Amino acid sequence: MSRIVVVGYGPTAHRFVETLRERGSGGRVTVIGEEPRPAYDRVALTSYLGGTSVEDLTYPVPEGTVTRLGGRVTAIDREARTVTLADGSAEPYDVLVLATGSSPFVPPVPGAEHAHVYRTIDDLDAIRLAAKDATEGVVVGGGLLGLEAADALRGLGLRTHIVEMSPWLMPRQVDEGGGAVLKGHIEALGLSVHAGAGVQEIVVGEQGVVTGLRKPDGTLIDAQIVVFSAGIRPRDELARDGGLEVGRRGGIVVDAGMRTSDPSIYAIGECALVGGPEKGMVYGLVGPCFTMAEVAADRITGGGASFEGADMSTKLKLLGVEVAQFGAMDGALDVTYMDPVGGVYKRLFISDDARTLLGGICVGDASPYSSLRPFVGKPLPAAPSDLLFTGSGAELDLPDDAQVCSCNNVSAGAVRVAIVDKGCADVPGIKACTRAGSTCGSCVPMLKQLLERSGVELSKALCEHFAYSRAELYDIVRVRGITTFSELITAHGQGRGCDICKPAVASILASLHNGHVLEGERAALQDTNDHFLANIQKNGTYSVVPRIPGGEITPDKLIVIGEVARDFGLYTKITGGQRIDLFGARVEQLPQIWRRLVEAGFESGHAYGKALRTVKSCVGSTWCRYGVQDSVGLAIALELRYRGLRAPHKLKSAVSGCARECAEARSKDFGIIATENGWNLYVGGNGGFKPRHADLLANDLSTDELIRTIDRFVMFYIRTADRLQRTAAWLESLDGGLGYLRQVIIDDSLGICAELDAQMRHHVSTYEDEWRATISDPEKLGRFVSFVNAPGVPDPSIVFETERDQIKPVNRPEVALQ
Amino acid sequence: MSWVSVCRYQALLPERGVCALVDGRQVAVFRTYDGALHAIGNLDPFSGAHVLSRGIVGTRAGEPTVASPLHKQVFSLVSGECLDEPGVTVPVYSIRVEDGLVQVSSVRAGTEPVREPALVPMSV
Repeated sequence: MSRIVVVGYGPTAHRFVETLRERGSGGRVTVIGEEPRPAYDRVALTSYLGGTSVEDLTYPVPEGTVTRLGGRVTAIDREARTVTLADGSAEPYDVLVLATGSSPFVPPVPGAEHAHVYRTIDDLDAIRLAAKDATEGVVVGGGLLGLEAADALRGLGLRTHIVEMSPWLMPRQVDEGGGAVLKGHIEALGLSVHAGAGVQEIVVGEQGVVTGLRKPDGTLIDAQIVVFSAGIRPRDELARDGGLEVGRRGGIVVDAGMRTSDPSIYAIGECALVGGPEKGMVYGLVGPCFTMAEVAADRITGGGASFEGADMSTKLKLLGVEVAQFGAMDGALDVTYMDPVGGVYKRLFISDDARTLLGGICVGDASPYSSLRPFVGKPLPAAPSDLLFTGSGAELDLPDDAQVCSCNNVSAGAVRVAIVDKGCADVPGIKACTRAGSTCGSCVPMLKQLLERSGVELSKALCEHFAYSRAELYDIVRVRGITTFSELITAHGQGRGCDICKPAVASILASLHNGHVLEGERAALQDTNDHFLANIQKNGTYSVVPRIPGGEITPDKLIVIGEVARDFGLYTKITGGQRIDLFGARVEQLPQIWRRLVEAGFESGHAYGKALRTVKSCVGSTWCRYGVQDSVGLAIALELRYRGLRAPHKLKSAVSGCARECAEARSKDFGIIATENGWNLYVGGNGGFKPRHADLLANDLSTDELIRTIDRFVMFYIRTADRLQRTAAWLESLDGGLGYLRQVIIDDSLGICAELDAQMRHHVSTYEDEWRATISDPEKLGRFVSFVNAPGVPDPSIVFETERDQIKPVNRPEVALQ
Repeated sequence: MSWVSVCRYQALLPERGVCALVDGRQVAVFRTYDGALHAIGNLDPFSGAHVLSRGIVGTRAGEPTVASPLHKQVFSLVSGECLDEPGVTVPVYSIRVEDGLVQVSSVRAGTEPVREPALVPMSV
């Protein structure tokens, strides 16, 4: 069995091993990585400074892979077929794959040794540490990575300068006109752009402290941090020392099958030079590097794939500005759209006969990228001016050979095959099947369009009674001011409803009007849990969960819970949400139990409702020696604010008092983690069947800002989610994802924030405890009987036995079908 | 056929059920939106729990139904058949209104549901 050794453990190496495993290669694979951690997503590196954890960025290690982390390979012995590591050990190989990547280019100027680079987690840690004592920073390099680094410095609160050698920013992606528009955007954010400028020296004061950067014209930019992001150099030193052919300007020479001059050694990713030692090219984008990884894996498993160069098209959003470039950056003819006021620049390049699209540049609005990139080299699908103005390209029919996903090289035809032959009926299905859309996501709108065009119509009808989705019904109820189910189904539905639409409509009515869930006709809409304000269990009894906000409870109240449980013979268990669940109550016992609980000051915990459940907390700064904020106080405030709010599904929350995250806030629908400066808000987390870590929505918020943001998040979710769709799934299905969510609830791009705020104020001001209201209302109490004609007779079918000193239901297999 | 009075017609909420004890049997009694009454066994054959009276009442293709509150299987209130699992049925009982009182027959029957007499007001 052949032994495959991979040197380097970045995203390309990861993709290589993953592809190898997908092809069913069972051989031994050893990956040797210099960094102390497995490969992580470098494209999303900047998000690390915003709070995304290393774990979230890290790719899972493919099964059956041996990793040697923190291991540096010092030599290749091609005779013996071994690589030697810095610790003196040797790793034998049959096939060696070099995925050594590149290193940031640091120009040889005085003081350069005091500058930072921007490539690894460790680099970012160093920058973050240095930023603590800094007020100004300079990034040398105004390309893609340079702007990324500038964004990071800005995010760390530094006044940021960008120094770029070329006359304008991002010279590889945009032309002079686009560069000017881009500069306008970036300066509007408060960054200084020094284009057409070089670096004379890094000025270093006493004890090696950086004080500034001097330009060749002698002017000085004050700065305490300098980050070089002025290009990359392939790391080819191992190959060079091992006698493999390398290019004149660096890069390990490979053929179209990614094989080096030694047939047992492959090179992939940023260290590889494709196309010969003289004219070859090194690719620094993730898309081509992934393709190289797949080609090498295919060759090693006996295939004949080859790397035919790559589309260097780019679409990205840097510092909030969309920038895109596709195809050629010149042509016989061109059409330009320029809006200096709106900061939009779009230019298409066209062949001399004005029929073929050659390429394009976009700044400020990248919508033509997704729609037009697949047409590069093909006849123009419409008049160029129309294409630039409408931009969306929604009407365009893609040819089968048009590339839809450039990161993973997937054509429109392949997506159509996935839809038609493999039955993929939604975007996640296509992602899983073809990988399209799974890396940068910019082609997801195209995938949706292909789905629609293929005639896949996902029925949004809630059930046979309503042809509308939950979000649409919500709007109908809200806009028309509908207050009853009968009114809604008569005007907008058919039949008399079912167990799907009735609770959904009940929830909508409750979210919008916040009356008692058992009031009038609404009582008939509720699921049994909401109908009896308790949770039904397998034997038809119910469980009772009093609210214990933030998990904080006095001994006296704890004793009351204990006494109630003892007096009614209930099974008692501590829940995962820091509350106490009392099991085995018969319907006729519920009011008696709640009379006692309400008297002692307890309220409904809404464990039965599609509503806020609990806001879990750690003990926080009050007691904990590590805590930086009062997590318990905030958790209680949040729980009391959102208690009783009906939503498309249950809502869970937690507050952690420091970054140790003992409250597990990131597994919640909205989770809050304290920082030294305030609170970080995470949304869309989930435990359960499909765990998901919540995404960072905003950081270092004050308590007021935090509450306002949560108000809007929750209300926007209630307004737009599907029935029984938790926030995790909702966020994943949201067009535009987290960025769009931020636009709506932070930047108010839809102009609805005032309305969302007002709805939450209404909820907070009209909340009343459902159980307190119920026990004082004889009409509502009427339903809590075992038998309508024998209210005092307990249901004789409910039988318990004892286990570990508590009751448990007797299973009755003789009556159950399954 | 012996009839057992279980409650006043007006005590029944439209589209909600109650449970009655009829000769030792648990019977789920429903009043639908149009005022009609139905009675089926209260035992959910899937879970073995006596809970059908606590399910959500609705319609499927026009037929009045109740969904088990435990695992949501839907039963016809007319035939007692489970519409999600052919072959599974629950008993159907005769039901009528006499002098404003809802009466259930302890004998299982496949009769049509009884509409209340005109003298009984439609609203609760």
